[in-house]
Amino acid sequence: MAPKRIRTVLLAGATLASVAAIGITAGTGAASASSSVNWAKVTHLTKTGPTSMKSLVAAAKKEGTLNVVALPDNWANYGNIIKDFTKKYGIKINSENPEGSSAEEITAIQQDKGRSSDPDVIDVGTSYAVTAKTEGLLAPYKVQTWSEIPAGLKNSGGYWFDDYGGYVAIGCNTTTVTNCPTSFKQMSTETGAEGYKIGLNNSPLTSNSALAAVEAAAVASGGSLNNVAPGVTFFANLNKNGAFVNTIADSATAESGTTNVIIWWDYLMANGGIDVPGWKIVIPSDVLLGEYYTQGINSSAPDPAAARLWEEFLYSPQGQNLWLAGGARPAELAAMTANKTVNTALEAKLPALPSGQTAQYPTTAQITAAAATVNSTWATQVGASS
Amino acid sequence: MTIDVTNASDPGASAPGSEAFVVKRRNFRNVLRALEPTFVVTPFVIYSFLGLGVPALAVFYLAFHGETGGWTFENMRLISHGIFLIGFENSIKLGLLTSLIPGVIGVFVAYAIQTSKSNVLKRLTSTGSGVLANFGGINLTFMFIATLGSAGILTAWLHALGISLTSIGFNLYTFSGVVVVYMYFQLPLMVLVITPALAGLRQNWREAAENLGASSWRYWIHVGIPVLMPSILGGMLLLFGSAFAAYATAESLTLGLVALAPIQIGNFLNGNVIAGETHVGYAIAVGMLVILAFVMLLYSLVRKRASKWLQ
Repeated sequence: MAPKRIRTVLLAGATLASVAAIGITAGTGAASASSSVNWAKVTHLTKTGPTSMKSLVAAAKKEGTLNVVALPDNWANYGNIIKDFTKKYGIKINSENPEGSSAEEITAIQQDKGRSSDPDVIDVGTSYAVTAKTEGLLAPYKVQTWSEIPAGLKNSGGYWFDDYGGYVAIGCNTTTVTNCPTSFKQMSTETGAEGYKIGLNNSPLTSNSALAAVEAAAVASGGSLNNVAPGVTFFANLNKNGAFVNTIADSATAESGTTNVIIWWDYLMANGGIDVPGWKIVIPSDVLLGEYYTQGINSSAPDPAAARLWEEFLYSPQGQNLWLAGGARPAELAAMTANKTVNTALEAKLPALPSGQTAQYPTTAQITAAAATVNSTWATQVGASS
Repeated sequence: MTIDVTNASDPGASAPGSEAFVVKRRNFRNVLRALEPTFVVTPFVIYSFLGLGVPALAVFYLAFHGETGGWTFENMRLISHGIFLIGFENSIKLGLLTSLIPGVIGVFVAYAIQTSKSNVLKRLTSTGSGVLANFGGINLTFMFIATLGSAGILTAWLHALGISLTSIGFNLYTFSGVVVVYMYFQLPLMVLVITPALAGLRQNWREAAENLGASSWRYWIHVGIPVLMPSILGGMLLLFGSAFAAYATAESLTLGLVALAPIQIGNFLNGNVIAGETHVGYAIAVGMLVILAFVMLLYSLVRKRASKWLQ
């Protein structure tokens, strides 16, 4: 999910730690009532009995560890989410390859199968969850708050369920740019005069968020989610105008001035994602394009109870508000606003939505088609115009 | 590139032994000696089979399979046109440009160093080439961005002098930029691999040629270049392979704006965008293997031809 980086040595460390942790828990584990439950087969909790929340907590504590993969600390507040989960349940979290991509998450659960270091849960782009489900890599599970997740954001069988999302936003350094763009149109027309140096978080050939920026540009320039070619043309024009900077735009490039405008998910630039004084995030006035990431439980998870407890935690008001604190919009936000479990102070901090725009969410099929279009035209059109 | 394994199993067979026991023992020893190279080479063969053979076979197998199993040519059909064909074209162009140009210049540079009287210079350049030839990837990219990028030092200096790099057709983040950056490690690599061959040119060959009335030009045409040709071609082949398959440098520099075959493989295997199409990536890998095999074949043919001159 994050830009792919070199796999760190953390993996080795995490494996050692998990082996050690298992050694400790195996020594102290006492027989309990829930020990007969095969948590890997549990698809939902019951109010009482051996598959109640209480039994799940006990079983997860007995497992003692949870393996997660590709969760960067500054991504949707995952640093604090991991810390708070461990604090609440005393379960140690092994975070493997935190800067990994969705493809690497899927590869990890395929190749680490049978090892104690195999990731228990994944957080991937929706298309990866759909593929993983067809390959039998995911276990069905419905959290207690299942009904609060909108129907469009979950698999009816419980194999995957969206977790948090946001909108394509324009971040801009207000201290160096006098007239920050508030729309895609403004970026394409005022480039020369305003000195915009516009960057994406990565190449749209590898990054789902960068692809979303191209999709948004398409919608704003006369195209649609089914026709992203105008989005490629948009960036080809930016490049011709000298306003597009083909680099991995992040805090460092924003700070150095290499990029003074970045198109990215609102929540990934919020809360220090782009750590530059005067960095302002607006949702463009000419397109409201949103997307969610997706949770799934590994069907061969080495810690099946901890994996299910992790999901219960994420989909409790506490977990949802933690994502909200990261500037992301949790899947149950609407239900939480209705039943008043949302942290209103955090909700108020989200960037304002433009009036007159209805949110559009690309389907997996649309994303796949968009990826194919961008893949076959990006280098020849945008690359040729430089 | 080429390793000449001299047969070490010369048994010295004519040793006469009067006692049968001695003969027997000697025969046994001779057999052992004859097998010696096999013993020595076996671990290497196993190693290459596991590290090279098995993955190559796996890539071939996967390239001709769909995501849901079953033999198919669909992946191959897909990569033989459109952006993937452009990727192959660019990669081959890049490989040729950055093997021929540094290949030729490298010979001259190496010759100049080789014939220099300064031992310090020789040692400095050989160490320097060793270091620079292995300098690549993201570090190299950053170095060039800081020097020749849009806000690079050299770019700024030239700008102060009224020279704009982009107006003369150079942009670091495009194909021309990749070529320039690759030269940075390709040239020292050529110097490194060609120097031993140059050292093998014996002074007395030249003296003999001159005694027979040959000019310097004729000496090179008839002696120097034919003797060096296999090494020069071998060196260029190495350069072609290294440029054709290099990933990190081009990826961090162009970020998808230049279609190159290895980067396209990376998009399929590491990406966040294209789910469930890794087999297309394997197909591109097979395409690259075939191209490299073809270049190797061409090389061995030319080399055979070139070594004829030596006889």
